[in-house]
Amino acid sequence: MISLPIINFSVIYPEIIILVTAIAVLIADLFIKGDRRAPISLIALAGIIMAAFAIHAQWGANVSGFSGAIIVDNYALLFKYIFLVGALLTLFLSVWYLQREELFSGEYFFFILISIVGMMILSSSNELITAFLGLEIMSIPLYLLAGFDKGKLRSNEAALKYLLMGAFASGFLIYGIAFIYGSMGTTNFDEIVRALSSDSLDTDPLILIGISMIVIGFAFKTAFVPFHSWVPDVYTGAPTPVTAFFSIAPKAAGFAILFRLLTVAFSPIFVNLSTMLWVLAVLTMSVGNLIALTQRNIKRMLAYSSIAHAGYILVSLAIGTSKGTEAGLFYLLAYTAMNAGAFGMVILLGHKGEDDLTISSYGGLSRRHPVAAATMSLFMFSLAGIPPTAGFIGKFNIFSNAISAGFIWLAIIGVINSVISVYYYLRVIITMYMKPEADSVTTVTYPPSLLVAIILAAWGTLHIGLFPNGWLLFIRESVVGLYQAL
Amino acid sequence: MFSSDFPILSVITYLPLIGVLLILMIDKEKVGAIRIVALLTAAINFLFSLPLFFACDPSTAAFQFTEHVPWIPELGISYFFGIDGISMLMVILTTFLTPLAIWASFGSITEKVKGYMISFLILETGMLGVFVSLDLILFFVFWEAMLFPMYFIIGIWGGPRRIYATVKFVLFTMIGSALMLIAIIYLYYLNYQNTNIPTFNLELLQSSQFPIPINIQMWLFAAFALAFAIKVPMFPFHTWLPDAHVEAPTAGSVILAAVLLKMGAYGFLRFCLPLFPQAASEFTPLISILAIVGIIYGAMMAFVQKDVKSLVAYSSVSHLGFVMLGIFTFNIQGLQGGILQMINHGISTGGLFLIVGMLYERRHTRMIGDFGGLAKVVPVFSVMFMIITLSSIGLPGTNGFVGEFLILLGAFKSNMVYAVLAATGVVLAAVYMLWMFQRVIFGQVDKKENETLLDLNLREKLILIPLIALIFFIGIYPKPILSRMETSVKNLTAIVQQKFRVEEDNHKIRIISGTPMDKISLNEVGEQKNE
Repeated sequence: MISLPIINFSVIYPEIIILVTAIAVLIADLFIKGDRRAPISLIALAGIIMAAFAIHAQWGANVSGFSGAIIVDNYALLFKYIFLVGALLTLFLSVWYLQREELFSGEYFFFILISIVGMMILSSSNELITAFLGLEIMSIPLYLLAGFDKGKLRSNEAALKYLLMGAFASGFLIYGIAFIYGSMGTTNFDEIVRALSSDSLDTDPLILIGISMIVIGFAFKTAFVPFHSWVPDVYTGAPTPVTAFFSIAPKAAGFAILFRLLTVAFSPIFVNLSTMLWVLAVLTMSVGNLIALTQRNIKRMLAYSSIAHAGYILVSLAIGTSKGTEAGLFYLLAYTAMNAGAFGMVILLGHKGEDDLTISSYGGLSRRHPVAAATMSLFMFSLAGIPPTAGFIGKFNIFSNAISAGFIWLAIIGVINSVISVYYYLRVIITMYMKPEADSVTTVTYPPSLLVAIILAAWGTLHIGLFPNGWLLFIRESVVGLYQAL
Repeated sequence: MFSSDFPILSVITYLPLIGVLLILMIDKEKVGAIRIVALLTAAINFLFSLPLFFACDPSTAAFQFTEHVPWIPELGISYFFGIDGISMLMVILTTFLTPLAIWASFGSITEKVKGYMISFLILETGMLGVFVSLDLILFFVFWEAMLFPMYFIIGIWGGPRRIYATVKFVLFTMIGSALMLIAIIYLYYLNYQNTNIPTFNLELLQSSQFPIPINIQMWLFAAFALAFAIKVPMFPFHTWLPDAHVEAPTAGSVILAAVLLKMGAYGFLRFCLPLFPQAASEFTPLISILAIVGIIYGAMMAFVQKDVKSLVAYSSVSHLGFVMLGIFTFNIQGLQGGILQMINHGISTGGLFLIVGMLYERRHTRMIGDFGGLAKVVPVFSVMFMIITLSSIGLPGTNGFVGEFLILLGAFKSNMVYAVLAATGVVLAAVYMLWMFQRVIFGQVDKKENETLLDLNLREKLILIPLIALIFFIGIYPKPILSRMETSVKNLTAIVQQKFRVEEDNHKIRIISGTPMDKISLNEVGEQKNE
């Protein structure tokens, strides 16, 4: 008699809801044709909202299912919220864009939703193979999304590059998992943490090789330097809402698993990993910011800036304490709002075909469209970390925790990077306010769906910046359980 | 005058934002209405703040009109406003000059008036927030946020090299403040680990039972001082100032000189000295020497300028050198003189920038060589120009004299050599200012364009008259202002010198282990210091 694994479907209700919605979208796409397909996005919207309710119902739970492979705790649920917010914003960013670029089809929403399912599994995974599974479910739709603008060479290039790099990264990841399994005999996080002790690396150096390869695998996805080379081309080539999605949700997913894996599962040997993360953080922040300085294309500039922002979150990962994790998650929240807003503005100010996305095409925007210019400035200020916006409190929180944990140099390098970044974010503002008018800014239309996304993002950016206390408490509530067992 | 729970400081700080909201509702073509709303908002704000001068109790050094509510308790950050005799004067200086600066822009700013007035009012909120914040992070928020309205004012309405100037201005300030942020956070944790009180509250940090070790104090002081020294600006961090001043529109220059530069000096007074008194005394020689270099260098650079505006800008470097020298004497005269000179510089240099702006509006040039003999063409203008010039030089009877005299008096008490060197700055100031004045105002009218210049109109006269009235008032009767800051200044010197004395006493006791005679001499030392 074979003993069947205990399957507890209730732990993955949100995933199931999204999955069913995705299939519903695909089926609806078969029956609705032509220009009347816009309501398809409403199905996706409804699914996202229902999933959010399901997550809300699970809040406070701490259960595992699938023989311990999946865990539902507040930490995972917080990330699921972030993914849903990311998907929601992307949805609002996409509808008008897809119509403008004549790309509207049901598959687009299907891919977004499936990718969200992968991310949710990733954030809930309590085991390495499940994490790999989640990563692949997340990644494959992303490859397709990058190449969604089939007629454009850039978009095809983006898809191919992303696919090759992603496959390469998955190779690293699975190889690393093999090392860990080989030396420890388990892939379950709870068992790993029990099996490890502070001198494990001395007795079994293979563990270090394994964990390093796993970190490299995720570092590709989260775009840490030096594993970032795919980012600029993919971000530039992919349709802009997809780029926005890339810069928010998969990044958050990568951090979801990295925080859990490194600061919980591998906590006994975290001290040895901290230096590696320190170096990665400095490289990611500095290289991202320095290359962003020279960019002329707004999407490329935001691509490098998103690398730099991952670097700030890496600082909080390198701290390795519960407080550090809180600071990192808070930053992710702030980053989601401000980056989605910035990409929303790029879509709003773009034109069909997106041939000219240089920063200089925003010249003199403030004269004809003062509200648009002011909103874009808000997001730029926040990304640059200027008070009183979300970006400031986020950075403050990270550097503050870095200093309290003794990482003073990391904090100093961080703030210097933050000053460097001011230069290129300000350049956008200079162009909008202080340069002569460019031809491209004469016509700007304001589609309602896009405005919803931008207003949501602007509200988030300001609210997190001015009244961060509630957000901080919310994040503490979600992180506190993660470290209780340790 | 105010009931104790009326949040007067918040009202003053955020009132300009109400003006912003009103302006936002006005169509951008209705320039007149926008200007009036902006001017009225700033004027009403001045009227609101003026009672503070009389209501502020001069007999206590404690913070008054405090408002204290938690803002981000999770991070130990509170919303803490309050003023003492020093910051009260800065608040009133700000609210006094802002309406004048806005009024002065009526003639010069004709494009994008809506955006300009919005920026200016937001700037006022930022500046006031800096002066009334008593929580380090709250202070930092205003300190950084205040940069950007000024960034827009210089960058949009400035001269030909405005973008270069404004980016330089922002980046210089931000580099300094980035390290200050690290120091603030470090200070917080240092205090938290040793006293278990998580707070950025200045009052609590200042009265903390935990004495910061001197080597850490030095680092923290250096980080704070860099941020403030860039803002002051002290030599050699002054290079952004001439660029920013020359490119900024008139009103921008006025506010930049009159208020923004004072934030640097104010930062030293409010944060550096009380939080790190020992380090401050260790750094005194360095800062005093840089201040003196600034005095002489600024004066010599001013001497060779061909553009009146950059001459005034370099004279600011020189004057702010005096302020810093005064502050770092740590005696009452020097500190009072330094603070008074902060106000004086606001009035005199603010006035000079207004004068230069009026000249520029008429001739569209600021080159000294393009003028000459203006006394015959525009007599009222010339007289007002002369009064403000003399006040900038520090002629007895004007405000400048009182400030510089007190600073030099304080400097003589602490270090004779510094005083002698700094005094040369006074002479140099007379030379470059008078020489410039002579070339612009006296002599023959040898340029045809100058013959038809119009004299000041009513608006321009009304802008300059309050400044001139204050020049004479402070020059002849400075007591009301000095007496209001006196207690706060005494408190400040007591904090700094107390630490001196503790150190010196320890030193003495170690050398002369306790005979009765020595104990007497020890008391004497204490008494001398108390004077």
